[in-house]
Amino acid sequence: MAVMKKKGNKGLPPISTASLPDVIFMILFFFMVSTTMRDQELLVRYKLPEATEVQKLEKKSLVSYIHIGQPSLAMQAKFGTAPRIQLNDSYKTTKDILDFVAAERDKLSEADRASMTICLKADQSTKMGIVTDVKQELRRANALKISYASSKSLGY
Amino acid sequence: MATDKRKVQEINAGSMADIAFLLLIFFLVATTMNTDTGLVRMLPPMPPEDQKQEDIKVKERNLFLVLISGSGNIMAGNPGKQEIIDLRQLKEKAKEFILNPMDSEDLPEKTDKEIELADGSKWVYPESQGVISLQTTRDTNYQSYIMVQNELTRAFNEVRDDVAMRKFGAKFSELPEEQRNAVSKAVPQKISEAEPRNIKK
Repeated sequence: MAVMKKKGNKGLPPISTASLPDVIFMILFFFMVSTTMRDQELLVRYKLPEATEVQKLEKKSLVSYIHIGQPSLAMQAKFGTAPRIQLNDSYKTTKDILDFVAAERDKLSEADRASMTICLKADQSTKMGIVTDVKQELRRANALKISYASSKSLGY
Repeated sequence: MATDKRKVQEINAGSMADIAFLLLIFFLVATTMNTDTGLVRMLPPMPPEDQKQEDIKVKERNLFLVLISGSGNIMAGNPGKQEIIDLRQLKEKAKEFILNPMDSEDLPEKTDKEIELADGSKWVYPESQGVISLQTTRDTNYQSYIMVQNELTRAFNEVRDDVAMRKFGAKFSELPEEQRNAVSKAVPQKISEAEPRNIKK
């Protein structure tokens, strides 16, 4: 007992770590609530253009994505570096957009179909030719609400 | 000693933190945080194929052409009076075109439009008849296209802010939804996008 007393008096008492799990759990729940699962693998590389007047896309369940850009590094050996369109998990051509939009529209409930949004994620160095082809195809598919994905910047 | 024996042994919770850390790291890796932002546009519906496509005639003063060339140069102005301008000038030019503050002969006409407000009253606003037409070539860069779209959106947003300030005394983004809809009706975002021109070399 005498030894114990001596020890206790000399140094500071150890800090209790009992509440550490609670703190970590709190951070964990924050991340679980505030994030969404990554649902598709990207096959193209893109750097979004910058704009100042961007709007947030509100309901994620109503948004379908079209990616346009160079194939990612792992795929370049096979597919070259010409810009490609990615729908779901594979490279597609503009002709497949019609089917893609129809499939995406079927996933939504009847009431939500009118507010379906297509988010166009294209690399900033893409030429307008391919973008316009996609847009024409979207008009044909009657998916008229689109969003040109761009990252927020502070302007010039 | 007897009381000590009856006590249930405490479970060691020291590894709880490690388990929580493991879960935390899993979620950190498996999730994405970024919210998608972008410029929202409505595309015009495709005309039916059997219908003859007629060129809608728009008076020259009501049309503001913006052409982005393959090298990113911007030409803007009324048809026939276009000039090469800098991106920074575009917003002011577009605003002048939308507002036509001096009721100039060369800038768009205005027609009075009655807009019903939520409280039942009517609001008459001289709506501009102007249309901004955006043209690109097939080898225009997407970045310059977005930059021009951004400037045009900014022009519209600033005009809407002005109108909202004058009518309702608050910025457009701070208004309740009905008033925002009313302002959007007074200043519609009329940007028409033609198909790209094929410039053959």
